[in-house]
Amino acid sequence: MTSEFPHTPPRKSATFDDYTMAEIRRAAATGIYDIRGGGAKRALPHFDDLLFLGASISRYPLEGYRERCDTNVVLGTRFAKKPIELKIPITIAGMSFGSLSAQAKEALGRGASIAGTSTTTGDGGMTPEERGESKTLVYQYLPSRYGMNPDDLRKADAIEVVVGQGAKPGGGGMLLGQKISDRVAEMRNLPKGIDQRSACRHPDWTGPDDLEIKIHELREITNWEKPIYIKVGGTRPYYDTALAVKAGADVVVMDGMQGGTAATQDVFIEHVGIPTLGCIRPAVRALQELNMHRKVQLIVSGGIRSGADAAKALALGADAVSIGTAAMVALGDNDPALEEEYQKLGTTAGAYDDWHEGLDPAGISTQDPELSKRLDPVKAGRRLANYLKVMTLEAQTVARACGKNHLHNLEPEDLVALTVEAAAMAQVPIAGTDWIPGQKL
Amino acid sequence: MNTLNLKDLGVSGVNAALQAVPEDSNELAWTVVEPMGQHAIGCGLDAPLHVEIRGHAGFFCGGMNKRAEIVVKGHAGVGVAENMMSGKVHVTGNASESAGATAHGGLLVIEGDASSRCGISMKGVDIVVGGSVGHMSAFMAQSGHMVVCGDAGEALGDSIYEAVLFVGGEVESLGADCIEKEMRPEHLKKLAELLEQAGIDADPKSFKRYGSARKLYNFDIDNVDAY
Repeated sequence: MTSEFPHTPPRKSATFDDYTMAEIRRAAATGIYDIRGGGAKRALPHFDDLLFLGASISRYPLEGYRERCDTNVVLGTRFAKKPIELKIPITIAGMSFGSLSAQAKEALGRGASIAGTSTTTGDGGMTPEERGESKTLVYQYLPSRYGMNPDDLRKADAIEVVVGQGAKPGGGGMLLGQKISDRVAEMRNLPKGIDQRSACRHPDWTGPDDLEIKIHELREITNWEKPIYIKVGGTRPYYDTALAVKAGADVVVMDGMQGGTAATQDVFIEHVGIPTLGCIRPAVRALQELNMHRKVQLIVSGGIRSGADAAKALALGADAVSIGTAAMVALGDNDPALEEEYQKLGTTAGAYDDWHEGLDPAGISTQDPELSKRLDPVKAGRRLANYLKVMTLEAQTVARACGKNHLHNLEPEDLVALTVEAAAMAQVPIAGTDWIPGQKL
Repeated sequence: MNTLNLKDLGVSGVNAALQAVPEDSNELAWTVVEPMGQHAIGCGLDAPLHVEIRGHAGFFCGGMNKRAEIVVKGHAGVGVAENMMSGKVHVTGNASESAGATAHGGLLVIEGDASSRCGISMKGVDIVVGGSVGHMSAFMAQSGHMVVCGDAGEALGDSIYEAVLFVGGEVESLGADCIEKEMRPEHLKKLAELLEQAGIDADPKSFKRYGSARKLYNFDIDNVDAY
C-alpha cells in the first residue's frame, strides 16, 4: 500500500559508510588486518591546495624557453668530500630489489640517469643492474641491514640512513615469502620462501647521540667522501630535522604520509604520521634557526606527482623532492591497459595496491620471472625519463612565471592557499587575503 | 710492529693509516696505543692486518671489518664488529650492547661478558662469549653461531631464523619461536671448533643448543600473539 505521507529515502551512515562496513565484515571473516602497498589514500591537505601567484606589476616574469631557469641541485655540501650534483631536483626514492623486480630497478636507474638525477636502493641491498644503470646511486642503510656490506657502501654515491618512512613512521616491514626468490633470499642471508621481517629500529644505535656516532663510523669507512642523508617519516619534522642536523647529516629526507611502502598495515598507512604539506615548513624552520638552510639540504617526498608539486615544495624551502609511487606509475604500474588482469585479482587499474603479493601484472612489484619479463627496462626507463623531463619543464614554467631564474629562488611569498588547513600547514595566506592561520594580521 | 698513537693522530688518522696499508705489504702488524675509548676505531679495514688496540674502545670498533684480525686489549663499546664480513675481532674484556650486530662472517670473541642484543640480526658471523650475554641476544638472528659460556638474559633468540645458539649456563627465558634442540654430534664438533678458535677452555658437552622452531616463518593468524 502506498503511504499517503512523503517518503524519505534510506539513509546510510557517514560514520559507518560502505567501505567501513565492508572492512568490518572482511576483518570478521579473516581475523587479520588489511595489508597493502602505497601511501595514504584518504583526502589530505596537499599541494593542490596551494596556488602560485605568478608575476604582476611588482614582479616581472622570465621569458619562457628563452631566459634561463636553472634546475640543478648539489647535495652533501656540509661534510662530504664528494657532494653529488644533479641536473634536476627530483630524485627517485628508495625502493628495494625484492619489493620490485630487477627489471623495474634497472628501469629506474636508466630513467633517472637519462634525466640527470639519482635513484636509491632499498631494503635488500644493491644489485649490479641497479649500480650499473644508475649514474648516481644512493645506498640506503636500513635497520635490517639486508645485503649491507662495505664494498657496496663504497660503490655508492651517497648513503641514506633510514630512520623511518612516511607510510609507516615507527614501523618495520615484512616481505612475504611469495616474493622471496632464490636471488632475494641469497642477498638477505635467509632461506627462500619465508617471510622476511625488517626491524623498526636500528640494531646498534638508538637516539640522536648514537646516530651521530654511527654516521661518524660510516664516514670513517668511506673516507668522508659520501654525502650522508637521514630519512625520517613525517611526524615531528621540526625536532627530527634539528636532531638530524645535530647528528651530522648532510641531507635530511622528509617523507610525508602519502609516501608509499611496499607493504604494511592499512591502519598504519592511514593513521600514523602527518601529511607531506605539514612537514616542510617546520623542517625548514629548524634548518633556518640552526643557520643550516641550504647548507644541509632538505629533500621532501610523499605524494609528489607533477612539476607543480615539486615547485611548491621547493618554494616552501625544500632543496629537492623525491618520487616513488609516481615513478612506478611512469614505469607502467596500474596501467588501465591491464584492466582485465587487475579484474582477475579483484581490483581495478588505479586501485591495485597488493604489491606484497607479488602478482603485479605490470611486472614491477613482483619477483615472478614471467611477470617480471613483461617490463622492458629500456622502454620503461625511457618513460620515466620522459616523465621526469615533463615534471622539470612544468616546474620551470611555474618558476619563470614567478620571475625566478632558478627553481631554488621560488619562495613562500609566491604561494597562497585555497583552504584554511593548507594555509596553516604551508604558512602562506589564504588566497586574496593577508591571513595566515596562527599569525596576527 | 708499527705503532699508531690515537691521541696524536685522532681516529681518522689511525683509520686512514690502517686502511691505506697495501695488500702486499710486509707490514701487517700494527698497534694502536692510547685509544681513549674513542669510537669507530679500526672500522672499514679490508686487508689481512693484525691490529692490537691497547686499551678500551668506544662504539663500533672493527665495524664492517673484512679480513683483518683486531684485538682489543680492554673493553669494547656498543656494536663492536658490527656488520663484520670476515676476519676476527677479539675483545679481552667486556663488550657493550649489540656486539656483532648484523655481522655476515668472521669470528667475534669476547672473553668477558656481552651486554644486551649480542648477535642481533647476525647474518653468518660466529660469536663466542666467555661470560654471559644480556637480554634479547640473538634477536632475529639469521645465520651463524653464537656460543655463550655463561648465562643468557631474557628472550634469547627471539624471532630467530637459522642461527645456532649454544649456551653453557642458564637461560633466563627464550624469545618467541626459539626452542631448545637436540645436541647432535655435528653440533658438538662445531662447538668444539669454535671454542678452540676462541681459545676458551670449556667442555662442549656442558652446553645446550637452541634454535628456531620455524613456526613464525610464514604469517599465520593463529600465531599472532607471538609476533
